[in-house]
Amino acid sequence: MLKYVIKRLVLMFFTFLIIVAMTFILVRILPREMPVDKVQAASIAARWEALGYNKPVLEQFWIYIRNIVTQWDFGTSWYIAPRKSAVEVLTSRFLPTLMVNFYSMIISVPIGIAFGVYAAIRKNKWDDNLISTLVMVFISVPSYVYAFLVQYFLYFKLGILPLTMYSLADAGGSYFTWKMFTSMIPAIIALSFGSIAGYTRFVRAELTESLTSEYMLLARTKGLTRAQATARHALKNAMVPVLPSILSEFIGLLSGSMIIEQIFSIPGVGQLYIRSLNLFDYDVFMMDCVFYTFVGLLAGIVLDLSYGFIDPRIRMGEK
Amino acid sequence: MADKNTKAISPEMFTFVNLNERLTDVKFDDKPIGYFKDAWIRFRKNKSSVVAAVIIALIFLFSLTAPLFTKNEATFMDTYYAKKGPYIYGLDVDGFMDGGVNRDFSEVGLISKIAIGIGAEDWDDHDATLEEGMASDYQPMLEISEGYTVIDAAKKEKTYYHGKIDAYAEVGFLYKSIEQSELQKMRDWEEETGLHLLYPLVEDNQYNIDPSDANNWYKTKKYQPLYTNEKGKLKNLEYTEGMVLEDNYKRDADGNVIYYEYTGGGTLETAAYKVRVLYANYYIYKNGFSPVYLFGTDSQGYDLMLRLAGGLRLSLLLAVSVSVINFMIGAMYGAIEGFYGGLPDLLMERVSDILQGVPFIIVATLFQIHLAAKLGAIPCLVFAYVLNGWIGIAYRVRTQFYRFKRQEFVLAAKTLGARDSRLIWKHIFPNSLGTIVTSTALIIPGVIFNESMLSYLGIVKLGSATTTSLGTLLADASAIWTNYPHLMILPALFISLLEISFNLFGNGLRDAFNPSLRNVED
Repeated sequence: MLKYVIKRLVLMFFTFLIIVAMTFILVRILPREMPVDKVQAASIAARWEALGYNKPVLEQFWIYIRNIVTQWDFGTSWYIAPRKSAVEVLTSRFLPTLMVNFYSMIISVPIGIAFGVYAAIRKNKWDDNLISTLVMVFISVPSYVYAFLVQYFLYFKLGILPLTMYSLADAGGSYFTWKMFTSMIPAIIALSFGSIAGYTRFVRAELTESLTSEYMLLARTKGLTRAQATARHALKNAMVPVLPSILSEFIGLLSGSMIIEQIFSIPGVGQLYIRSLNLFDYDVFMMDCVFYTFVGLLAGIVLDLSYGFIDPRIRMGEK
Repeated sequence: MADKNTKAISPEMFTFVNLNERLTDVKFDDKPIGYFKDAWIRFRKNKSSVVAAVIIALIFLFSLTAPLFTKNEATFMDTYYAKKGPYIYGLDVDGFMDGGVNRDFSEVGLISKIAIGIGAEDWDDHDATLEEGMASDYQPMLEISEGYTVIDAAKKEKTYYHGKIDAYAEVGFLYKSIEQSELQKMRDWEEETGLHLLYPLVEDNQYNIDPSDANNWYKTKKYQPLYTNEKGKLKNLEYTEGMVLEDNYKRDADGNVIYYEYTGGGTLETAAYKVRVLYANYYIYKNGFSPVYLFGTDSQGYDLMLRLAGGLRLSLLLAVSVSVINFMIGAMYGAIEGFYGGLPDLLMERVSDILQGVPFIIVATLFQIHLAAKLGAIPCLVFAYVLNGWIGIAYRVRTQFYRFKRQEFVLAAKTLGARDSRLIWKHIFPNSLGTIVTSTALIIPGVIFNESMLSYLGIVKLGSATTTSLGTLLADASAIWTNYPHLMILPALFISLLEISFNLFGNGLRDAFNPSLRNVED
């Protein structure tokens, strides 16, 4: 097991390095925009010269890696938050993204599992058919459509929630105020529809499979009631693939949803990606790319490894 | 060893069935049911998938035939008719696709809108009445409810009216600068069609505060309509049943209204004339058809139906080409991996592992920045999709190959001397076709969603006079859709329909090809 974990981590590291190298080269060879203000432009040009931005690309990559290893320096923001380090710019954006996605997950995981279990127990009855149809619809409709619907009904029709998320200053300087929370609700709702449908579908599929398996028959023959057998045996086994996916989704939370962040103007990681791109702040853009790649790879590995931890019967990496 | 019982049956008891004829196998009456036929029968039974397939077909047909339902060209735009709602000409169903918008009007605002209808009837200066104006085809106000009083910030009581306005008729009158020859053409056209194009010019005096606004044909003071009371003094006009608007037309010495005015230019050819036209009729005069848009118009004044059809065409084209390319690459890559196994498999797996780690959004962004100027936005988008989109298919093909390559029929073919390529494509590949077709079909909804997301976020720029995409339409609408909901509702509706249908269709295909996988989602 340990050998497998180490093997996966080493492989992930190399994959990560290769992707970062490719992204770095593609980002660095982009033509850079200079600010209109001449003094500012001259100072930025001088700093770039000093930081080695005019050297050959491979040499720049070496400098980049060296700076990361020695100083944890991923570059500097030039336009979004001038002269702040890119890491700082990125980490300051974690909290809003994490909060909105985390709240949405807290809502959607239990609801999704509940619906999934109910649909699986009532398999092929009318309520299962209804849930399955709705799941199909909710999974297919793009998240931004929910965003518009939520904005339309909760803001324009009923007027009970704000249109977009409040800025820090408006909500009293903290992300943890009640006012801030209410302004996050539209985004949370918009995110939750799709997730609930996803979890429902997943849980239903897994549970229907384990409900028809032979250990269930054995459990019933032993004298357990249907409810007992379902809760103690079928549900436990059905959760084996569900839990890892929740876990890996939890890691994926960090990268957030770009389109939802854009619509509800959440100052998060996804919005940073769009802004750094539009403002040609390539160091921050690069930082965001590195981050996205890392989160993606990590979520994949956690998904694979957690199977083995949750259910020791599954031996990872064995043929 | 003979049984006792058999001895009891004497040979005489047996008769020959047939001694003369040669017996052969009887040919089956039914046609043989192969793998694909079997799948087709199963697919047909799945009603929701069939409905989904029909919806996809209808949307596809719509995207191709939309230009037949309208006389507008896809590249035609009219800024005066921008952001107008859906409108069906001649359909008198209340509140349905009549281009109407619900709004609240101040008294002054309401009169200014009603005045358009009255002015449209007053083409020959016969002092059209309110009744005539309200009955006019060009009257923008569709419904006016009872007034209600509101106390404004200055603590003055003001009357407001809730009403429904025809956003198309609201355009009303415009000033146009034309040549002399055009003037005659307009007159001829008016004769011919019986529609009125030229309307009396308005005097530039203290009653006309905004000389560029051709709708202000009646006497106003700072937009407040006026009337002359019995003592000959001008008073503020109120909205009542018997309201009469006093015209402020430009008149010659004899008191006749003037329809055109020389504004400059020396020679006969360059001489320019100013005229006041009713824009709805001017539109017909210019284009030969009424300003009617079945789905309304977008923020710039393009016909939304044609823009939508264009966006749908682009989405479908993109989706189909991406899935075909992914299908081919994935099938080949997976076949080689699965068939040869060993070192090639290991190396190729590493390559696809690395590619799989690259986040799609970064690929799409970088491709757009680097190559969009050279290759165009759409090919770049296709490349971005293809870069790691085929990996899922390759993985499935590889699994299928591992499953089949040791089976007897493959060994038999190998023993008979079949080459590797024949083994791969003739013997193993057809067995994995069902799985691959299914996963290819399930790529499509993802492609459509990602395209709309990328163009909504502005990472991919697809909006131009000739092309547009569903995401671009949504992005256009995002700032203004609350006032013009159709701009958002229609594209969102079409995307949602497409997504649902393709998902259902893909699921139906999967159930049809692999009945054992029914209800198993991954």
